[in-house]
Amino acid sequence: MAGAKKPVRILRNLNAKVAALPMITTALVIFVGCTIWTIVHSFTNSRLLPKLEFVGFDQYERLWSTRRWLVSIENLAYFGIGSLVFSLVIGFLLAALLDQKIRFENTVRTIILYPFALSFIVTGLVWQWILNPEFGIQHIVRGFGFENFVFDPLYNPDIVIFGVLIAGLWQGTGFIMVIMLSGLRGIDGEIWKASRIDGIPKWKTYLFVVIPMMRPTFVTALVLISAGIIKVYDLVVAQTNGGPGIASEVPAKYVYDSMFRSQNLGQGFAASTMMLLSVLVVLIPWAYLEFGGRKDGK
Amino acid sequence: MANNSINIAATAVSGPSGPKPRPLLSPRNIMIYSTLFIVCMYYALPLYVMIVTSLKGMPEIRLGNIFAPPVEITFQPWVKAWAEACTGLDCSGLSKGFWNSVKILIPSAALSILIASINGYALANWKFKGSEVFFTILIFGAFVPYQVIIYPIVIILRELGLFGKLPGLVLVHVIFGMPILTLLFRNYFTSLPEELFKAARVDGAGFWGIYFRIMVPMSLPIFVVALILQVTGIWNDFLFGVIYTKPENYPMTVQLNNIVNSVQGVKEYNVNMAATMLTGIVPLIIYFASGKLFVRGIAAGAVKG
Repeated sequence: MAGAKKPVRILRNLNAKVAALPMITTALVIFVGCTIWTIVHSFTNSRLLPKLEFVGFDQYERLWSTRRWLVSIENLAYFGIGSLVFSLVIGFLLAALLDQKIRFENTVRTIILYPFALSFIVTGLVWQWILNPEFGIQHIVRGFGFENFVFDPLYNPDIVIFGVLIAGLWQGTGFIMVIMLSGLRGIDGEIWKASRIDGIPKWKTYLFVVIPMMRPTFVTALVLISAGIIKVYDLVVAQTNGGPGIASEVPAKYVYDSMFRSQNLGQGFAASTMMLLSVLVVLIPWAYLEFGGRKDGK
Repeated sequence: MANNSINIAATAVSGPSGPKPRPLLSPRNIMIYSTLFIVCMYYALPLYVMIVTSLKGMPEIRLGNIFAPPVEITFQPWVKAWAEACTGLDCSGLSKGFWNSVKILIPSAALSILIASINGYALANWKFKGSEVFFTILIFGAFVPYQVIIYPIVIILRELGLFGKLPGLVLVHVIFGMPILTLLFRNYFTSLPEELFKAARVDGAGFWGIYFRIMVPMSLPIFVVALILQVTGIWNDFLFGVIYTKPENYPMTVQLNNIVNSVQGVKEYNVNMAATMLTGIVPLIIYFASGKLFVRGIAAGAVKG
């Protein structure tokens, strides 16, 4: 880099640097700065106000011995595994179905995708209504003569999280379907011709040829679903508000409630740091795969 | 297309082969279309239930089932949800939340798109030392759970004197919209032919000149995509609204939740569903009106640069 060139370059890019200032500030102050701030404060005994009195891992110990947090984690695990498996399977099946050169493809896609435009609050409230045992599905099935039919996921602590899962899947599967469909459309048509000539049944072609070829699509879908799972908050607030009791609590709600309801900031910071940790567990291997394991970790 | 179906149909039903009219009622087609019909029914059902419930009177709801169409159509629940529904002691209806949301939405969407497009433009055409590093941090920042960042932002907003006020919430939306929008614009501007940019440089256009006179007019579709993304995203936001605003500024989603999930009084399911519909209508209109652009918008979020 020649010394004479340098001032010119700085001047030339000055506008760009000024223009990028919001991005630089956001990246450094918000995403790096605030994250570090929260992690540091998770080791303090902050309650009503943040303060720097370090207490080591006390907050984490308390966190992992709090029943509500453990229930949250358990729920997140059920919800997460359910979301992942069902979103991927249903999303792929629907995409494969839509890829059969059917008529009305646009109409069908529009209908399956519209829930994704709705907020989680709207989604949660609608499903709260449909799953209402007095008026909803249970009431209707009983009306057919099955007097003892029971389907009240939102009022049964053991299965309430699956009631939330039903709503979450209704909202999100359309999105996964669209991603899968674009993945399927990216597959070379010759593959289908070749497999037909060889007399391989369609389902086998899908299972052993197409799906392995769609690996990047599946990885993208996986990352997107996982990022959504950890964020789940509004849906629970609207549909059950964590109830009955604490049966449908989730980590994001635990964080919010500790920070803004029970004035227990330290707990909120520790819990949110745990959430960050779980995201990193998914994100780091993905980034490693996606960017070919380049050393700079980009 | 027709060829294809015939081939498949011919292998599915073993019989006389050779060209024949496309069998519309082949077992394969019946299976596919009936499955699709059931799937569509399932996805459409909640919207149907919402609309039907919101048009019934309470006595009819208590007697009938939620899937039955209304015997007597009444718009009273809609009027009540809009103008009289109560959150706590305040009975001014959802209209207040609606206008709050509008007041939040317009500056947030406009500012976030403006800033992100300039960021993306700088990243695509005016790379400087370190620009890619900041961009990478920004993209990874999109994966940081909001819960990690919300409290420090409360402090920042309080220091700026914006906590609990609309400008504060606007700022938050601009910040959290930035990663995805910057990515969107950067990728789009990178895909534009570089010769254009070079020609403009030769003709003496500067940073802002090129942006306003060449990039923006050439990129209207991507601005529409960004707009769709932001309008639905900001309208549907709940978490930021509940944290960074005071009750008199609550956006529609927060107010809706407070109305429906309030424990006081008799539950009026028809009013609740009308209120839910009212909140859902804005993104639904955008969705149905924008069609393929909406898909493009959300797919843009899925494709990593």
